[in-house]
Amino acid sequence: MSSIFEKVKAIVVEQLGVDEEEVNMETSFEDLNADSLDIVELVMALEEEFDIEIPDEDAEKIKTVGAAVDYIKENQ
Amino acid sequence: MIKLQSVGIWGTGSYLPEKIMTNKDFESMIETSDEWIVTRTGIRERRIAKPEEAVSDLAYVAGQRALEAAGVHPEELDLIIVGSCTFDAYLPASACLVADKLGAKRAAAFDLETACTSFIYGCAVGSQFIATGTYRRVLVIGAEVLSKFMDYSDRNTCVLFGDGAGAAVLGPVEEGAGIKAVHLGADGSGGKDLGVPAGGSRLPATAETLEQRQHYVKMNGKEVYKFAVRIMGDAAEKALEIADWEKEDIDFFIPHQANMRIIDSAAKKLGIGMERVAVNLDRYGNMSAASIPVALDEMVRSGQIQPGHRLIMVGFGAGLTWGSMAVEWAISKG
Repeated sequence: MSSIFEKVKAIVVEQLGVDEEEVNMETSFEDLNADSLDIVELVMALEEEFDIEIPDEDAEKIKTVGAAVDYIKENQ
Repeated sequence: MIKLQSVGIWGTGSYLPEKIMTNKDFESMIETSDEWIVTRTGIRERRIAKPEEAVSDLAYVAGQRALEAAGVHPEELDLIIVGSCTFDAYLPASACLVADKLGAKRAAAFDLETACTSFIYGCAVGSQFIATGTYRRVLVIGAEVLSKFMDYSDRNTCVLFGDGAGAAVLGPVEEGAGIKAVHLGADGSGGKDLGVPAGGSRLPATAETLEQRQHYVKMNGKEVYKFAVRIMGDAAEKALEIADWEKEDIDFFIPHQANMRIIDSAAKKLGIGMERVAVNLDRYGNMSAASIPVALDEMVRSGQIQPGHRLIMVGFGAGLTWGSMAVEWAISKG
């Protein structure tokens, strides 16, 4: 079973069209040139993959790949 | 079970106001830029109706062109449905005004409002009368003058919408062709996310509602975007399922034109190449009920759509509402 990080990385690569090497725990979505609509779609993809609901106020705080992984760990 | 008549589209027409408003034109009015609008929406310009033009004026021209294309005389029409959310007035129905302008003396006429989904809903409703044999010729029009409901100080909405009208004449076609599937949906829990707050029985027009700019379109863009991305693919798949088609069977996908990124995402989900996807929002913006029929008319008139072609149309909008339709372009009138 792949780790949460691996799954999040795969979604980020797919949604933002970036290379795998660019994505690590410290990477911020801003660094990957994600705009507000990219973030909305990214959050939707994470919700679907991990079967969770991420309220807007929480979503706004998730600014890095690591923050997404931590949030998923805490809320799964 | 009674045998139903197959229903198809006999002819299409459209009308776009002449006046073009480019993204650049907004730069002097609000804090925005051509680059911002294009990357977020795909929209480059939109059409704006004249001050004296209302929905029935646009709808009339589109309707007349559809009748000509279908070879139907206005007096042969049994029913006219005008789908819109920017009608001439609350009373009377714009469809009655269109019937009068066309000289469609025999036709019943009513308005239908499911926002951007109105054309799909209109075709769904109109086709039932033909399927059962009650009527033979139904004119369905999607028309909007959204520019008159835009708050030109709200950069989140005013750059998105445009004016226009598209129409289709529905009639009997050869057995097995025409509209193969219809799927409609609604979810009022999202009603708060997109609408015009005042002017109805909830908040009648007062000096205060005017001052608070409550008579313009208000949108919670993020929620509507999420809904749209989800529903576009789902509704398309539902139509495929009902029609018993595979994704590979689709010759053309005609989605509602709200945002290029929503269209991209749906096309990707369906595995359809962009050469088979109708796009006109770069030229016209989001024309709500008019977006799909205008796109359809352009594809028919350019010769892209030919008999036998399989089309999937998907609309979504305020309500929230959504609808999809699978159509096999018919060869002959039934």
